[in-house]
Amino acid sequence: MNASANPIPVKIVIAGGFGVGKSTFVGSISDIDPLTTEAAMTKASEAVDDVGDATSKKSTTVAMDFGRVALSSELVLYLFGTPGQDRFHFMWDELIRGAIGAVVLVDTGRLEQCFAAVDYMERAGVPFVVAINAFDGVLRHHPDDVREALDVPAHIPVLVTDARHRAAVRDTLVGLVRHAMMQASSPAPVNS
Amino acid sequence: MTDSNQEQPSLRVRPYLVTGGRTRSTIDLPLEALVLTTPAGQAAIESMNHERRRIVELCVERQSLAEISALTHVHLQVAKVLVGDLISEGFLGSHTANASPSVRPDVQLLERVLDGLQSL
Ligand SMILES: Nc1nc2c(ncn2[C@@H]2O[C@H](COP(=O)(O)OP(=O)(O)OP(=O)(O)O)[C@@H](O)[C@H]2O)c(=O)[nH]1
Ligand SMILES: [Mg+2]
Repeated sequence: MNASANPIPVKIVIAGGFGVGKSTFVGSISDIDPLTTEAAMTKASEAVDDVGDATSKKSTTVAMDFGRVALSSELVLYLFGTPGQDRFHFMWDELIRGAIGAVVLVDTGRLEQCFAAVDYMERAGVPFVVAINAFDGVLRHHPDDVREALDVPAHIPVLVTDARHRAAVRDTLVGLVRHAMMQASSPAPVNS
Repeated sequence: MTDSNQEQPSLRVRPYLVTGGRTRSTIDLPLEALVLTTPAGQAAIESMNHERRRIVELCVERQSLAEISALTHVHLQVAKVLVGDLISEGFLGSHTANASPSVRPDVQLLERVLDGLQSL
C-alpha cells in the first residue's frame, strides 16, 4: 500500500423535507448509482415516534441514500441525503460529525418542511446553505422572501439550485464549501 | 425510560449495545471512514462467519463504512461495531480511524475540496 492510495474522505449532508429532491440532487453528481443504507431507530426516537409493537418493524429504521464523487486521486466526497423531520435527529448527530456542512434543500411550496433542518443546523453550528430547488426551473418565491419566511440569518447563503442538473448541483456545493471556508476562518461561536 | 434488563456477558454475539441513544463501539468511525482489508484479514477470511466474512471480502477493495452497510444490508450501527471489532483485531485497516471524527475539515482541506468541485 502506498501513501497516495489513501484518499481522504469528506462529506456533505443534504437535508430537507420529503420529496424535495434530495435523492435527485445526490444522483445528479454522484460517480456511482446512489446506495441506500439503513439505520435502526434508537429507543429514544422510537418513543418519540410512538412505534407500538414489533410488528411495525419497517418504521423502526431510517433509510439514507448516499453518493460518492472522486474530487481527485487523494480526495473523495460523500453526499448523504436524509429526511429533515425531527424524529431523524439522532441520525443527523451522526451525519454532521466532521462534515464540511449541509445543504438544506427547500421546495418553496412546502417551506414549513425545512424548518426543523434549518433550526437544527443553526443550533449545531454546522456550516450550511439553504438551496431552493426550482422545480422545472420555475422560482415561485424570491430567495429574499424564503430567507424571511424561514428566518435564515443574514450570514447564511440562500441559493437557487436545480437538483436535476449536475452543474447546478456542483455550484450549490461550491457555495457551501466557500461558506464553510468563511466560517472556518472566523472565530467559531459554537463549542463542540 | 430505561430497561431493567442487564446486558449479558456474551461471546461477541450481541451485535450492538444502545445506551442513551448512542451505539457503543470501541472505535468511533464516521460514516465516510475508508476501510481496507489487511493481509492478516485476507489470511483469516476462511475462518470467519458470514457477516464478518462478507465485510472483509468486500473491503479487499477500499470501502466507506456507509458502503459496507449498504452493500452488505447490515444496519449502520451494526456495521460500525463489526468494522470496529475487525479493525481492533487487525483484519481491517482505516487511515481515518485515528483522526478525530468530530473535527471539521480545516481551510486547507476545504480549499482542496473547492478545487476538486470546480474541476468537475
Ligand atoms: N420537475 C421536477 N421534478 C423534480 C425535481 N427534483 C426532484 N423532482 C422529482 O420529485 C420527486 C422527488 O424527488 P426525490 O429526489 O426523490 O426527493 P427526495 O427529497 O429524495 O424524497 P424523499 O427521499 O422521499 O424525501 C421525484 O419524482 C423527482 O423526479 C425538479 O427539480 N423538477
Ligand atoms: Mg430520497
